[in-house]
Amino acid sequence: METTKQEQNSPFLTMKGIGKSFPGVRALRNVDFTLRHGEIHALMGENGAGKSTLVKVLTGVYLMDEGSVRLDGVLVVIRSPQEAQKHGISTVYQEVNLCPNLTVAENLFLGREPRTMGLINWRQMNRKAAELLKKLNISADPTAELNSYSIAIQQMIAIARAVNTECKLLILDEPTSSLDADEVKKIFTLMRQLKNSGVGIIFITHFLEQTYEICDRITVLRNGELVGEYEVEKLPRLELVTKMMGKELENLSELTVDKDESRFEGEVPIMEACNLSSGTSRVAPFDLKMYKGEVVGFGGLLGSGRSELVRAIYGADKAVQGQLFIKGKSTRIKNPLEAMKQGMAYLPEDRKGDGIFADLSVRENIIIALQAKHGMFKRLTRKEMGKFADEYIQLLKIKTAGSETPVKSLSGGNQQKVILARWLLTNPEFIILDEPTRGIDIGTKTEIQKLILKLSDEGKCVAFISSEMDEMLRTCSRMVVMRDRQKVGELIQTELCQDTIMRTIAGGEEGNE
Amino acid sequence: MSNFNIGNKSYLPALKPLAMNLLRSRLTFSLVILLIVVVQNIITTPTFFNISITNGFISGYIPNILDEASELVIVTLGMTLVIAVSGGVDISVGAIMAISAAFCGMLLNGAEYRTDVFHSPYILALFFGLLGGALCGAFNGFLVSVLKIQPMIATLILFTAGRSIAKQITFGQTIYIMNPQYKWLGVQIPGVPVRTTIIVAIVIIALVVLFTKLTSFGLYVQSVGINGSASRLVGLNSRVITFMAFVICGILAGVAGLVGSSGVGSVNSGELGLAIEMDAILAVALGGNLLSGGKFSIAGSVIGAYTIQAITTTLYAMSVRADQLNVFKAVIIIMIIVASSDVFKERIKKLSRKKSSKSMPVGGQINEGQ
Amino acid sequence: MKDNKKSAMVSPDFLIKRKALSNAMVLLLITISLYVLLYVISSVMFVDSNFSKYSVFFNLFNNKAYLLMLALGLTVVMITGSIDISVGGVTGLISMVIATMLMKSGVSAIWSIPVALGIGIAFGIVQGFLVAYMEIQPFIVTLSGMFFARGMISVISTQSVPITDKLFMSWSSAKVYIPFLYNARRNGTSDVAYLTPAAIAAILVLIILIIVLKKTKFGRSLYAVGGNPQSALLMGINVKRIKFMAHVLCGLLAGIGGLLFTLLSPSGNPGNGYGYEIDAISSSVIGGIMLSGGLGLPIGTLFGVLINALIERVVPLLGIVEASWPRIITSAFLFVFIVLQSVFAGAGKKGGFKLLRPEWMRFRSRK
Repeated sequence: METTKQEQNSPFLTMKGIGKSFPGVRALRNVDFTLRHGEIHALMGENGAGKSTLVKVLTGVYLMDEGSVRLDGVLVVIRSPQEAQKHGISTVYQEVNLCPNLTVAENLFLGREPRTMGLINWRQMNRKAAELLKKLNISADPTAELNSYSIAIQQMIAIARAVNTECKLLILDEPTSSLDADEVKKIFTLMRQLKNSGVGIIFITHFLEQTYEICDRITVLRNGELVGEYEVEKLPRLELVTKMMGKELENLSELTVDKDESRFEGEVPIMEACNLSSGTSRVAPFDLKMYKGEVVGFGGLLGSGRSELVRAIYGADKAVQGQLFIKGKSTRIKNPLEAMKQGMAYLPEDRKGDGIFADLSVRENIIIALQAKHGMFKRLTRKEMGKFADEYIQLLKIKTAGSETPVKSLSGGNQQKVILARWLLTNPEFIILDEPTRGIDIGTKTEIQKLILKLSDEGKCVAFISSEMDEMLRTCSRMVVMRDRQKVGELIQTELCQDTIMRTIAGGEEGNE
Repeated sequence: MSNFNIGNKSYLPALKPLAMNLLRSRLTFSLVILLIVVVQNIITTPTFFNISITNGFISGYIPNILDEASELVIVTLGMTLVIAVSGGVDISVGAIMAISAAFCGMLLNGAEYRTDVFHSPYILALFFGLLGGALCGAFNGFLVSVLKIQPMIATLILFTAGRSIAKQITFGQTIYIMNPQYKWLGVQIPGVPVRTTIIVAIVIIALVVLFTKLTSFGLYVQSVGINGSASRLVGLNSRVITFMAFVICGILAGVAGLVGSSGVGSVNSGELGLAIEMDAILAVALGGNLLSGGKFSIAGSVIGAYTIQAITTTLYAMSVRADQLNVFKAVIIIMIIVASSDVFKERIKKLSRKKSSKSMPVGGQINEGQ
Repeated sequence: MKDNKKSAMVSPDFLIKRKALSNAMVLLLITISLYVLLYVISSVMFVDSNFSKYSVFFNLFNNKAYLLMLALGLTVVMITGSIDISVGGVTGLISMVIATMLMKSGVSAIWSIPVALGIGIAFGIVQGFLVAYMEIQPFIVTLSGMFFARGMISVISTQSVPITDKLFMSWSSAKVYIPFLYNARRNGTSDVAYLTPAAIAAILVLIILIIVLKKTKFGRSLYAVGGNPQSALLMGINVKRIKFMAHVLCGLLAGIGGLLFTLLSPSGNPGNGYGYEIDAISSSVIGGIMLSGGLGLPIGTLFGVLINALIERVVPLLGIVEASWPRIITSAFLFVFIVLQSVFAGAGKKGGFKLLRPEWMRFRSRK
């Protein structure tokens, strides 16, 4: 795969003016994207930016509504993944899409096995596999079962498979999400080798540092539109963060919370985590104290580990190291029920998958956590349940035909309110809200923020994760900042403004904390 | 729907939500089928509703159906819980029936193959029978909730071995319990005109309903069945709940076994509850419960069970053999499952969309089906 | 040999989760060792009951040729992560149909072959369609299939129909003697081992299947689909079609099995085939075929069948006359192997025979 110097730097892929809409949502609008031969190009953006849609347009999963795609200057129309493959475009996904029960060689050649007289020639396949692996410097035995290797190696084998077919453009969709630092290094080595042989790589990731380490250029998308395309060397981290989050440096939002600096001197924190972690591929060990009546925000890019951090505290993910103190007492939390008994509550990020019981009624969804706390044999009476349900329907203004309606027929925002009601009903002292306002209308968003402030006034401690900086700024007295699965800093009161937050997220040449 | 007017008021607006609710209710489905069977019976058997008293029993077609359905109803209750909590089925229920009956029978007969004297207290023997059922249920529950083996595979073991084990318990033979008291459970308590089986069935239904509703067990089972990860996050212990469901299923199968063997006065491990698992699954599905688990309706399953029995009795009356009967059942269950399958519903939707010609040009959009 | 190759090629720090042998091989070795162990013990224990005669050994093949077919059918569907419990019913149905056809309709015995295969394939097509394209749980589909088949037997006839057709009987009693494998009998004659045409056919089918599973794209696709259907789809395999074909193949093998069974026991009895699906499943599972799909070698199934036959042969010799003991013992082995497999299942499997797998068993990866 030797290429001339000219080919090396000329654009291989030129996408211009790409537009794609789905019923009710404009996924992409007038997006341009170019990729050169032998370049590693990062595609970044927060939630709903349009990254995956752009890739799906390129690989033929979707047909674009507008725009053009050119490969080496030639206009192409790609209508299916198979056609994309024929043009030399291969994709490797976040979840290793290979068959764990087959051997390495088989996985590399499935569908394209070398044959003799119609039958698969295993010896030849193993030999070719060994050659391919050697060329890419992957240490793996072609005759071994795939699942005898770590995820990192499996990921590399997936890349090897993708590259094996006259590949000119490789798309890596979050390949490093479940890898630790060493494993990431190995993937990068492979990527550099591919780059040197002229393969263009689109690298989709959330990890800032990794982008700066391996990529040549970055394209940032936001809300379906192109923000810009930059050379990595010329883009300071702070600017990147700013562009991704869409906030201008000059645009500060007002503080509306009375932030008394010395409020918590000498108090025992309601929750203290020391060196706590649920596994380094999830979140790096962290220290954190939280006090009664506080609202603590969690800032960081998507995928920076905020959910993982709070889940480790709640026991949703089991802690593998470190200690947890609740009101000063060392505690081991083995499962969510124990956390609940200690006065904790957790509103999960994935409302549909981890939150609602779709076929159960609003009433049942609301009382379920409280019921779990009471135990199987101390059933809440119908009357009590009805009372609680009605109370919260009214309090949170949940729009539903009645308390017996199945929760799946409620809108997303109202479903969220039901889950919120569920947890408020357990009268927690420490409540974790992971993206409570996502996918909700403005009116409800404001209600929820007001509710958070009210909770803190009542003396409860709230951990608040949101992708909307404004919301956190309006309600929080403190902000934990995360980057690349690690807690990198805490900001209090006077430091709380968008500017500082983004600087902390960006870190890098601004100085780490 | 034409206007429904009484006087000057139109009742249509009020009726509509009620009607829609009824239509949507899963119970309706099973009630409709039951209705069809009943109507068909009335047509072919004019004496269908006749009830008379013979030999000190209330008898007639309907009491017969209720009597014969008792074992099935009891087993179906257990199956409902298992399906609801795990989305899987327990195919060992027939074998568990045999094992429980064997335990009980051997205790009563004192290891004699044919006797008319009880060698142990009746109640104790019944208790051991139920214990046998509970142990089998615990075995299944352990495999499913701790070893995380799928229910169908886990229960395959007792399905294969259970009857042979039961036979071994009775020393390889069918044992006969001649003491008339033994027949109290399955036939009649002297002086009571209603067959005991019907009474037992009603009592068990009541117990299960009470247990699932008076404790939060029913709610927990549904929660775990609908969304396991959410259940965990709200503090439920899926493992324990699943385990309990299987144990209860085992106990209920035990009850059915005791009733069944009492009905014939003997323990025949090869015949007791043969192929009842198929009927039970069919009954659950007929009752409007999703075989993939989640929400369940006891009422639905009960109606389903009686409906199946009604169909069976009807077909027997038409001189259809047991084996031949199964052909119909097989076809019916496939039809029901296909009709309620997602794929089928999708195709119906697509067909109706095409007709309404409102479809957006999809043009090359490839569904990866992931 | 395999081990040496590996250590020469790989460097230590990459090999975090290595196993010396693949999972499939380990299970197979356990099976083979079990068989050898049981056989040796039995030979020693029953040295005087003519156990180790060649003819006895080969008769295991003769008597269980049909079971090998059924079990191989199960093996094929189990590899794709599905199951078929109708094979017993299909076997019984085929024997009844052949018997009735030959005896009551006077059809030539030659037709028994296409009829048997046709019935098997028909079941395979219908069940395969329902499982692969309508996406209905295989257990329910094939359970219904079983009931349908058993029911149809009764519809055809409730009485036994013994076959006396000359041509058929000549096939049934044909023997192929193996000249150099004989033992001397007490009365001076030789007891020579023989194979029936059925056994030979079964062995041929086994060999063909081994080749298909190992060396054809179709065979490897079966494993891929069983290992991870989503990945298989992304790698270009038509998952639905493979699942469908697996059931059709199983149906074909059940058809062959039904024919071989009828040759073995030429009579259409209403109770024929009862429980054979259990024997087929046990043989496969004991043979190392993973119920969850994606792993297992057909040669293991052969050993599973041999173990099954051995247990049946040995138990009466232990003085246990009771007919249900062989089943209990086989079930015990089945249990052990199921548990063993669930332990091995920690080898990172995704998808496969997780038919009725509830939400909480599925692994969720977080961002």
